[in-house]
Amino acid sequence: MDATASNLAHLYRRAGFGATTQQLAAATAAGYDATVGELLDRSGPDDGADAVRLPDITPGYFGPNPSADQRRQLQAQRNAQIRLLQLWWLDRMVASTSPLREKLTFFWHGHFATANEKVDSPTMMLLQNTLLRGKGAGSFDQLLAAMTTDPAMMVWLDSNTNRKGRPNENFSRELMELFSLGIGNYSDADVREGARAFTGWVVDREAASVRLVQAQADYDTKNLLGQTGTFRAEDVVQLIARHPATAAHITQRMFSRLAFPVPVDHPVVVGLAKGFAADLDVGNLVRGVITSPLFTGADARTGLVKEPVEWMVGALRALGLSATGAQSLNPTVLTTLDLLGQSLFNPPSVGGWPQNTYWLSTQTTLARLRFATALAMKADVGWLEGGPAATWPDLLAARLGIDHWSPGTLSALKATTGSRSSLALALTSPEFVLN
Amino acid sequence: MPENIPAEHAENSSCVGQHGGVSRREFLAGAGVLLAVRKVPVRPRAASRAVASSTASTASTTSTAGVPSATSGAPSTAAAAATKSVPTTPGILVVLTLYGGNDGLNTLIPLDAGPYLQGRGPLAYAASEAIGLGDGLGLHPALTGLKALWDRKQFAIVRGVGYPNPSRSHFRSQDIWQSAAPASYVNTGWLGRWYDTVGTDPLGMVAVASNIPRSMVGAKGSAVVVPVGNVRSAISADQARGAEVMNRPDDSLGVLASRVRTNAADLGRVDTVFGPMLASQASTTITSASLEPGAGTRYANELDLQLNVVAKLIKAGAPTRAYAVSLGGFDTHANEKANHARLMGVVDQALSSFVNLMGQDPAGQNVTLIVTSEFGRRVAANGSGGTDHGTAAPMFVIGPKVKGGFYGDQPSLTDLDQGDLKFTTDFRSVYSTVMSGVLGADPKVAIDSPFPNLGFL
Repeated sequence: MDATASNLAHLYRRAGFGATTQQLAAATAAGYDATVGELLDRSGPDDGADAVRLPDITPGYFGPNPSADQRRQLQAQRNAQIRLLQLWWLDRMVASTSPLREKLTFFWHGHFATANEKVDSPTMMLLQNTLLRGKGAGSFDQLLAAMTTDPAMMVWLDSNTNRKGRPNENFSRELMELFSLGIGNYSDADVREGARAFTGWVVDREAASVRLVQAQADYDTKNLLGQTGTFRAEDVVQLIARHPATAAHITQRMFSRLAFPVPVDHPVVVGLAKGFAADLDVGNLVRGVITSPLFTGADARTGLVKEPVEWMVGALRALGLSATGAQSLNPTVLTTLDLLGQSLFNPPSVGGWPQNTYWLSTQTTLARLRFATALAMKADVGWLEGGPAATWPDLLAARLGIDHWSPGTLSALKATTGSRSSLALALTSPEFVLN
Repeated sequence: MPENIPAEHAENSSCVGQHGGVSRREFLAGAGVLLAVRKVPVRPRAASRAVASSTASTASTTSTAGVPSATSGAPSTAAAAATKSVPTTPGILVVLTLYGGNDGLNTLIPLDAGPYLQGRGPLAYAASEAIGLGDGLGLHPALTGLKALWDRKQFAIVRGVGYPNPSRSHFRSQDIWQSAAPASYVNTGWLGRWYDTVGTDPLGMVAVASNIPRSMVGAKGSAVVVPVGNVRSAISADQARGAEVMNRPDDSLGVLASRVRTNAADLGRVDTVFGPMLASQASTTITSASLEPGAGTRYANELDLQLNVVAKLIKAGAPTRAYAVSLGGFDTHANEKANHARLMGVVDQALSSFVNLMGQDPAGQNVTLIVTSEFGRRVAANGSGGTDHGTAAPMFVIGPKVKGGFYGDQPSLTDLDQGDLKFTTDFRSVYSTVMSGVLGADPKVAIDSPFPNLGFL
C-alpha cells in the first residue's frame, strides 16, 4: 500500500468504518483533499445506509390498563425491538457509502450517552438517533439545545421530573460536566442554578413527545457562570455553548476519538478550539481534525483501539456481510458486542464508553476470537483461495486495510494452512484490533 | 447515570438466551480448546520481557498439539507453580464497588433524627423499620443477612468515609476512589500499585466484570478479567498455533498493540489455570438467567453470580490476592425508595451467600471484603422521589478476620457542606488498614501519604 492509499485507508477507518476495496481505489484516484470534501458533504445522501430498511417498532397497545401478562408482553416486545434497532444501525454503518454521518452519529451517541436500559422505549431511542444523525454535523449549539428537550434524554437524566421549587440536578450536572463545559469549568452552584432553568418540561411517554408546563417552570432570577438573569433552558444552552471551555472540551473529545487521545491543553486542541469557538460548526471541526498533520502522523497511526462496534462493522464491511446476516452466527453479532461491552443504545453510563485500554482485556480477547472464528467460517473466502497460501498475507492486508503486518503476525499468517484460519487470525491481529 | 431500572428488566437477557443451556464452567472449559497452546508456566509481567520471550517460545515448542490435557483434568503444574509466587500469608481481598453513588443515609440510617426525617420526607425510614445496631443507627430493612454478620462480630462499619474537597461527579469521584489520589490525576489504581511491588503472576488480580476497573491498573500490568459469558465455539489447531506465534511479545506497533498481545497470552493462562478450577467445583447458586453475558453489572442477580465465581476460585486455591466485583444502579435521582430497597436486597443476598460459601472452606478464613461507592447522597430529597449526588457515606468491611463494630464518627446532619455531610474518615485510612491487615503490605506502596490504621483488622 503506497503512502496515499495508506493515509486514505486510515482516513476511512477514523472518519468512517473502514474503506471497501472499491472505496479505497476510488479515493486513491481522487486524492486526500477531495476525499475529505466528499466525506464532509452533508448535503449528499448516504445511499448505502439509507437503503437499509427501518424495522417496525410500533409499540403494542392493550388499552389504558394492561394486565400484568400484557405488560410482560409489551416489555418483551420492546426488548426485541431495541435489538432490531441495534442491527438496523449496525447495518447502516456496514452499508454506508458516505460514512462520516454514521460515524458522527455514533460519536454523539457516546457523547450524549443515553441508555434504553432506563429509557425503556425503542421509539424514543430511535427519535434521539435520528436527531443525532440530522444535527450531528451542524451547529453545536443547535444540537445541544435539541438534546435538552429530547424525550429519551429527558427520561434518562430525570428532566422529566425536574420541577420548580424541587429541582433535580441530574441533567444539569451531566450537561455541564460531560456534554459541554467539562469538569472544573463550573461550580456545584452553577449545577443547581442550571437545574432550575431546565424545570417545566415533561415527557408524554405514549406520544414520545415533550411539552412545557408553565406552572412547573422556574422563571425567576438565576446566577449562572457569572451571569445573572431569568434564564430558561435556551438561555443556559447559549451561555454554555458559547463558553470557551465548551469549545475546548468538544474539540478535545473529537480529536481524541478520531485521531488519538490528547489532553484539553494540547496545542492541537487549543488551535482547533479557536476555530470551533468562533462558528460552533461541527463539520468544520471535523475537517480541522482530519486535515491536521497530526491526524496522519505516527501517534495517530497506533493511537486508537477500534471500539467494538468499529471492529465489528469493519470486519463485516470488509467481508461483505451484513450485521443482520451475521446475527445467525454462533456467537451472534449482538451477543459478541454485549461480551465486548458495547451494545448500541445501551452505554454503561452517561459517561459513554471509555476508549483504548478499556477495550483490551482477557475477556474482550476471547470475545473477538470467538466471533472472528465464526465469521471466518461463514464468509466467502474465494478472493483468498484463488491464490497460493503465500499470497494470503498480502490479500488479507489489502482486504482489511492494513498497511503492513508486523513480523509476528506475518509469520503467523504464513504458517497457517487454512484460508479461514488465516482470516480469523487477521481479524484478531493487533493490526486489525487497532483502528 | 441510570437508575430506575424497569422491573421486567431481566427479560432483556433473552436477547442472548440462545446459549442458555451452556454454563459458565463449560464456557471456560471451552476456552481451553482455543488457547491451550499458551501453557506458559508463570508468565512474568511486562517488567521482565526477556524472560517472557524465552518462556513463550519454550511453550510454543512443547504445546502445539492444540488440544489440552490440562483443561480437562486437575489444575496443571502451571497452577502449582503460580501458587508458589504468592507470599506466605495469603490474605485475600475482595472489593465490591457500588456504582452510581450509594445512599449512605438510607443504608446506615440515623434513627429518629429530625434533620434526616424532615430532609428525606417519604424517602426516610422510621426507627421502627430500620434494623437497630446501637449508637442511634440502624441498617436498611433489607440488610438482614448483614445484621447476622454484625451479631457475629464479622462486620465493621466505617462511618462518614470521604475525602477533602469532594467531587460530585460520578466519574471524577470514581477515579479518586480507585486511584486513591484525590488531589491529582493518576492513571494507576491503588491495588495496581500494590501489585506492581509484589506480583509476578498476571492472575494475581482478577476482575469479574466486562472491563478492568481503574483500581486494578498498575504500571507493570493490570488485572485479568474472568470472562462473563457462555458462548462455545471451536478453533482449529492451525489457528491456535497461529495465535501463539502472532501474540509473542512485540513492541513494534506501540503500547496498545503490545497490550493486545499480552491479553492473548494472559487469556491462555486464565484458561489453563482458572478453567479447571471453575469446572471442578460443584454448582452453587449460579442460574442460567443470571449468567447471560448481556447482564453486565446492571442486573439484580449479577452480584451473586460474580461472587460465586470469586468463591470458586478462592476455594480452588487460585493464585489471586485481590478480586473486584461490582453492582450498578445506585444513582437514585428518582423513585429511590423502591429501587434502592431492591438493590439493598441484592447486596444483602449476595454478600450473605458469599460469606456462607467462604465460611464452609478453610481458604475462606483469609478473605476480607470491602464495599465502596463513589459518594453518598444529599441529606435532603429532591422533587423526584430521589436524592442528588452527595459526599460522605459508610463503608462496610466483612470477614472472619474483621473486628466487628463501628469505626469513625457519624457525620453531623446539621453541620453540612452545601447540603451534604462532612466526612470524618478518609477512605485512604480504610485502604491503608486493609493494605496492611489483609494484603500484608506497607500501605505506602499504594497510598502516597500516611493515614491512621483504623484497627478493624
